[in-house]
Amino acid sequence: MIEVDGLTVRYGGVTSLDAMSLSFTEGTCGLIGPNGAGKTTFFNVLSGFVRPAAGTVRAFGVDLLSMAHFRRARWGVRRTFQTEQAIEELSVFDNVAMVHEHSRLGAATRRKDVLDALDFTGLGAVSPDARVRTLTAGQRRLVEVARAVVGRPRLVLLDEPAAGLPDEETSHLGDVIRAIPEHTGALTILVDHDMSLVSACCTTTAVLDFGKLIASGPTAAVLRNDDVIRAYLGVA
Amino acid sequence: MREALTRTPPRRPASRPRPDRPQLIKAATITVLLLFTLFGLPQLLSLYYIDTMTQVAVYSMVTLALGVLVGRVGLVSLGQVAVLAIGAWVAARLLFATTQPYPVILLEAGLITMVAGIVTGLPALRLRGLYLALITLMLAGAITVVLATVNFPNGGHGFLGYNGSLVHIPPIRRPSVAGTDPAYFRYAVIVAILMFALTTAHLKTKPGRAWAAIRQSEPAALAAGINTTLYKLWALALASFITGVAGGVLAGAVHYLYSIGFPTQDSITLLAVTLMGGAYSMWGAVVAALLYQFLPALLNNWGVSADWLIILFGLGVLQVLTTAPAGLADQVPRDLKRLARRLRRQRTTT
Repeated sequence: MIEVDGLTVRYGGVTSLDAMSLSFTEGTCGLIGPNGAGKTTFFNVLSGFVRPAAGTVRAFGVDLLSMAHFRRARWGVRRTFQTEQAIEELSVFDNVAMVHEHSRLGAATRRKDVLDALDFTGLGAVSPDARVRTLTAGQRRLVEVARAVVGRPRLVLLDEPAAGLPDEETSHLGDVIRAIPEHTGALTILVDHDMSLVSACCTTTAVLDFGKLIASGPTAAVLRNDDVIRAYLGVA
Repeated sequence: MREALTRTPPRRPASRPRPDRPQLIKAATITVLLLFTLFGLPQLLSLYYIDTMTQVAVYSMVTLALGVLVGRVGLVSLGQVAVLAIGAWVAARLLFATTQPYPVILLEAGLITMVAGIVTGLPALRLRGLYLALITLMLAGAITVVLATVNFPNGGHGFLGYNGSLVHIPPIRRPSVAGTDPAYFRYAVIVAILMFALTTAHLKTKPGRAWAAIRQSEPAALAAGINTTLYKLWALALASFITGVAGGVLAGAVHYLYSIGFPTQDSITLLAVTLMGGAYSMWGAVVAALLYQFLPALLNNWGVSADWLIILFGLGVLQVLTTAPAGLADQVPRDLKRLARRLRRQRTTT
């Protein structure tokens, strides 16, 4: 469970998050809104890339803001990025195993963990020794997702993971995203503009607009909400 | 769902592959080259070129260290000559003040330079690109000014070990096993080999993977729980240590050290040759050192001013940046292979 209260982020004179409060409890949750609404900024705050001007963030009872960014990742806050960030120079295996560099687990356990994560994301057919630069865009996205779910993540943040992917790969990615909470036990938050993906994956969804929460609740109800339609979805 | 996602057959775990034939050939080639460098080269070269090749060994360590910073971590440093000067100063001071064995002095010079490198580099760690380059250049300038003021030790007393009134300045000593120029050349090569091995050990393990992640995507590295500040500091420490050791070897090579021998602008030339040689590979460091030390010596021997090299290096960097980002160490073998393939194809068609 994650509880956010009064979160405010300012970039110079621009307020990206404006005293935003929300909570997600379990499963896969959606976070949607127009460009510039503050979704990525919210992820940046959770993962420690941005320090908020005000507010608190508690995840599973722990004050996240008091932790250094790399410690949050070790504790279990994992994320992917809007622009895919697989490390081209490293192999598929090493890209995922990066997460375990600091861990005290034995080599065999780490290897098993990494291979499990690769299998889970559907990369089982790809050689773990393959260089990431030889993969397709969809596979590289899956490498990022595997890096986010390897080990014992508590909070998985997926920032537009389906951006630019063809329908077939998006559909497979949707299967993976839906399975993350059951497979890892982590609370998963999905940011995406693909409403069919959000509907298919997320039981609950929150909507941001101009850094403020304008709606939250069951996904189907939120997508029918007039404020959400006016601010983001538009009238068909 | 789970079954659907794991429909692919179980496959072999990623394990360390046994060395294959190309790897064995590579290892054998390196061994033969090293043996030739250690035992064949001193027999073939004149004293002038032996001294030059000693400098090549020294500067291959400096360019190796610069390659770690620039090529592996993405930290652009324009202050490596100043770091080298610190290593040389510390080694010279200890060589005059103590009777410790030379390897111990080299180790101490490396460690003290490492501390100095970390302290001066610490504030710059939050910077990248042009700003980091600028800061390191200014720091190098500052260190050069300080060294010009305190001078290099020349056998005098006190903390600085400099005595301006000395008429007969004693030379900086060399190790007893490497008193002659050919022997000292071998000594310098062995130290360089050790530094290359140390770097390889880093690159093949945790720090190497962390550096690769940091260079390619610092956000991804952070998101994976890598302490980027620690690993950047680690790279800075390793580079400073290697450069400090190189400074110690340089002190014994030249016997007399003067601050004029470490001009700030040489750091820029060093970066240029490191990029030309190839900042991403070990061979690149050797090529860079040959460009930096051997080429000027060759031109001097032919009666051509080495000043022309500035123009050549400028064109070289342009060439490398546009056609071979991994440097000459990558481009030349690749082009040679391509040429061989083309020749083979021509032969089969005729």
